[in-house]
Amino acid sequence: MKSAVVLFLTLTTIALAAQTPAPYRAPRAPDGKPDLNGIWQAMNEANYDIEMHMARPAMALRPGPYGPLPAAAVLRLGAVGAVPPGVGVVEGGSLPYKPEALAKRKENQENWLTADPEIKCYLPGVPRTTYMGHPFQIFQSSSAIFIAYQYAGAVRNFHLKDPGPPPADSWMGQSVAKWEGETLVVDVKGFNDQTWFDRAGNFHSDKLHVVERYTRTGPDIITYEATIDDPEVFTRPWKMSMPLYRRQEKNAQLMDFKCVEFVEELMFGQWRKKPLER
Amino acid sequence: MRTRLMSLIALAATLALTLHISAQAPKPAAKPYTAPRTPDGHPDLQGMYDLATLTPVERPAGAKAALTDEEAAKLERNVATQVEVRGRDITGERTAPPKGGDGSTGAAGGVGGYNNFWLDPGSSYTVVNGEKRTSLVIDPPDGRVPQMTAAARQRALARFVRPTSDATESRDVGLEPAGSYDNPEQRPLGERCLLGFGSTSGPPVLPTYFYNNLHQIVQTKDYVMILTEMVHDARIIRMNSQHLPKTIRKWMGDSIGHWEGETLVVETTNFTDKTRFRSASEDMRVTERFTRVAPNALLYRFTIDDPATWERPWTAEYTWPLTNDHIYEYACHESNYALENILRGARRREADAAQKKEE
Repeated sequence: MKSAVVLFLTLTTIALAAQTPAPYRAPRAPDGKPDLNGIWQAMNEANYDIEMHMARPAMALRPGPYGPLPAAAVLRLGAVGAVPPGVGVVEGGSLPYKPEALAKRKENQENWLTADPEIKCYLPGVPRTTYMGHPFQIFQSSSAIFIAYQYAGAVRNFHLKDPGPPPADSWMGQSVAKWEGETLVVDVKGFNDQTWFDRAGNFHSDKLHVVERYTRTGPDIITYEATIDDPEVFTRPWKMSMPLYRRQEKNAQLMDFKCVEFVEELMFGQWRKKPLER
Repeated sequence: MRTRLMSLIALAATLALTLHISAQAPKPAAKPYTAPRTPDGHPDLQGMYDLATLTPVERPAGAKAALTDEEAAKLERNVATQVEVRGRDITGERTAPPKGGDGSTGAAGGVGGYNNFWLDPGSSYTVVNGEKRTSLVIDPPDGRVPQMTAAARQRALARFVRPTSDATESRDVGLEPAGSYDNPEQRPLGERCLLGFGSTSGPPVLPTYFYNNLHQIVQTKDYVMILTEMVHDARIIRMNSQHLPKTIRKWMGDSIGHWEGETLVVETTNFTDKTRFRSASEDMRVTERFTRVAPNALLYRFTIDDPATWERPWTAEYTWPLTNDHIYEYACHESNYALENILRGARRREADAAQKKEE
């Protein structure tokens, strides 16, 4: 009888476990914290547009006789310049813009070629830096957590002790991190109003406050969430989430992408002594 | 920059004066320091370091290798006084500089620029083995970088209008070679926000003698990352790895590390031909050695090997003291109005000159 009860309980436990698998427990760093070290990359279309979107002919458009066509400045890129479709990373669908902010986004879209900070290789801000289509590397030791991003050589040092309010606004903000169980929670503020969320003109003000959550949910996956609060632009806080994947190449590593050099002709070429054809 | 140049000139003069004082006796070797360990058992080099120092890369002509404590203290007091005086608030009576500048030179010259409030050029001499050093270069023993080979001098001359990674942000009007403003590529890397000036990112990592001298080391089992304050450049050193193929070139070179007991040894090759530290060739090899020598400092030593440029390898070293300071964002390119205006200014000057000729 006794053994039958044990058997029953065991079977029940197995059955329950099969229904709700135990949450993934990440390999541990020497200090017992989940180990986030590695070279990671988002694999999505969020940098084109964080909202769900259909494919578009180009990032810069103009009206055509039967609908939008690529703007003259990007025409020659052909299919290479098209926007791939994406299911979006914003929870609950569309962004809760205030009406006047929605108008500003439209203006951003219309002026994308001159307005998107990515075009000038400016620092991408947070969370955009996470899904720029380049790998980034997390360095985690018992005394520091630091991320180096390949795109524009952007960097973030996660303060493990709150240094107090950010002394000045910045492009990448001030990041303060703490562990909540399996999750690294990073509170980021002190932003300027110069960065965007994507190439679709989604934007924020200098009141932006981002809370990021990094959770290992598999041997080669971090589930990334970012809660965005900006009362000047949005009617309520909203959340984006996406998996980050570990780069699998044996020789995976960050390489140079100093795009500052690549935009010199665009930004300063007209001031050469002998300007090239523009 | 004017401040820096004047300080260096003053320093050189003072050092020359102290020449007659006999060399300080070397202190007896203390028991080697054993650094705290990371979980994988290697010395823990992590932390924030402030590299600012008064010790120049090369020993001023005729000076001895080390200062006595008294000599150093006197020089350091002089610098502190200068810094205090030049850092004072500008009074309301100050008038605008004369048209065309006041004739002074350097990045802050001509029409005035930073006063000392904004600068952090260093306040003390680097101390290695208890010696207050007068140069970072220790080999050759005269504390001077060896002569360049004739071929290297020729090469450097031919590319004079492409500034090297150790260049300061700007050279003085009149000292710049003809054509220096023709293209953005002819401006110093610091002015273009591609690397910090003065070889601050390195390798070899040098003090800027100006400001923004912080460097952060983060260390994991497989990597050592060195962040340079200017221009948020993170050099990622892969431990016990292989160099990239020669076809892949990097602004800060390709760095591979290994441990030799208490010391992290880093070999860097594969530089771009745009970096060109002190006009070196792109085949320059830098060997760096990082050793914790005290609870609050590490010793940084580097050897430069580039037979295409110098007839012999040369070595320098200095102490990196730990600091509690934070690195704040050094967003350079994002507000680089200067580069555009420098080029526009040159075009304007040419247009004005052409018009004058016509008249």
